[in-house]
Amino acid sequence: MSFTSNPNLNKSKRFWQAFAFNSFRLLSFLVVAILVVILGFIIINGISVISWEFLTEMPREGMTKGGIFPAIVGTLWLVVGSLLFACPIGILSGIYINEYAKDGWLKRFIKLMTNNLAGVPSIVFGLFGMALFVNKFGFGDSILAGSLTLGLLALPVVIRTTEEALKAIDDSFRIGSLALGASKWQTIWKVILPIALPNIITGIILSVGRVSGETAPILFTVAAYFLPKLPTSIFDQVMALPYHLYVISTSGTNIEASRAMAYGTAFILILIVLLVNLLANWLRRYFGRKVKMN
Amino acid sequence: MYSLESKDLHLYYGDFHALKGITMGMKKNEVTAFIGPSGCGKSTYLRCFNRMNDLIDNVRIDGEVLVDGVDIYQKSILVDDLRTHVGMVFQKPNPFPKSIFENVAYGLRVNGTKDKNLIAERVETSLKQAALWDEVKDKLKKSAFELSGGQQQRLCIARALAIEPSVLLMDEPASALDPISTAKIEELIYQLKENYTIIIVTHNMQQAGRVSDNTAFFYMGELVEYGKTKNIFTSPKDTRTQNYVTGRFG
Repeated sequence: MSFTSNPNLNKSKRFWQAFAFNSFRLLSFLVVAILVVILGFIIINGISVISWEFLTEMPREGMTKGGIFPAIVGTLWLVVGSLLFACPIGILSGIYINEYAKDGWLKRFIKLMTNNLAGVPSIVFGLFGMALFVNKFGFGDSILAGSLTLGLLALPVVIRTTEEALKAIDDSFRIGSLALGASKWQTIWKVILPIALPNIITGIILSVGRVSGETAPILFTVAAYFLPKLPTSIFDQVMALPYHLYVISTSGTNIEASRAMAYGTAFILILIVLLVNLLANWLRRYFGRKVKMN
Repeated sequence: MYSLESKDLHLYYGDFHALKGITMGMKKNEVTAFIGPSGCGKSTYLRCFNRMNDLIDNVRIDGEVLVDGVDIYQKSILVDDLRTHVGMVFQKPNPFPKSIFENVAYGLRVNGTKDKNLIAERVETSLKQAALWDEVKDKLKKSAFELSGGQQQRLCIARALAIEPSVLLMDEPASALDPISTAKIEELIYQLKENYTIIIVTHNMQQAGRVSDNTAFFYMGELVEYGKTKNIFTSPKDTRTQNYVTGRFG
């Protein structure tokens, strides 16, 4: 029998193969298309206001003119502050969960709570941050209160990525180290963490994307409606990009006049997130190579 | 006195009785091969001597395990120190993602050696002992992952030797390697026994015959027969041993 004798044989099998393959391909292109459309829309509408002045000056004339410099600086402060809080706690928790905690109810409970924390709506974090950090601890509306609130939001992401990064490491490295008389901590510190580092860094930086774009958690804890000066301490309020975007789109003095400013702000926000993601990729490769070389 | 010894050793994984009253001793400067079908307990027994079984949950041990006459399961034993005394090489080469030099230096560093000259000296000696020095001396800073599987396994042997243990436990050290690398490892074992007590777990009868002085045959958690390798292979006393070494089951 020849392989080409009967083209009608298995016709339906071939049809479904082609159908499935093409529809999957189409759907994955659709994902790309959505992103391209969003980016294109924002760039087209916002590009006209992007200038050196826009990036480096204070907003003027009811936020319809000038720049968004204080909002950029504010967002950077909040990102750094929240990471300073979330990274040590998150990484150490991830290490505890994967390396130390024995399988049992306690580990299951901690993991369940971590997942639940990730599912809490961000406005609830905002309310909680206001009650605890702003009022109870008396930090007031401040970078400190906002960073802590955003840090809570980033915490489950950091914990989960650390945990996953550690879980992916083959046990033969741990066993090999322990068999040489290394303690458990030496094994984690000298062998396991360096291997996990690229993935942990990726997780942290992806959480930067989330933190820098959140509005609800900073609403009651730090964000200023209009504050054309830079903060001098962690107890100052700041403007932040997502909240500034919200303000000039919905409650500015002249919404129509500040429309282009809003798109420009959105463009800068997306640009920051994209740059951070690129940085994540680069760091991941850099440390990935370094781990192999050392 | 035996270098390694166990007295009526029982080991349980949860409810599973994995080792059933093993009593035997191994002398210094001799190679002992553990043979037996998969799941017979030979690797489990091997891992009792450096307490690697401690890493598994729900393991319970009864009886005595002695290293140089010391009961290593008594409370006062520091497991880290025990493992510097009883080195181990695993089935799959498991170098760390570090340089060749750092792989060998690792055991020294984690055990507190700071002297750079001493470390460099021990790294060189260990790599020479593991017959790897000539192949790697010009690329000590390169990643250990650039080595072939056979070289990686000799690196792991060098890594174990660097902290100067007196015992070397080898869990199927050549089963993942090609015949040439296997021959090198076997030659190495032969040379190393001058200074070490060596146990090698193997599924390869010829290998057991080539490298070992004594052979122990395990079956279903029991030590069936233990004696001079040539006696085990030519005139086994137990029919199960005879069936296994002649390839009739296993």
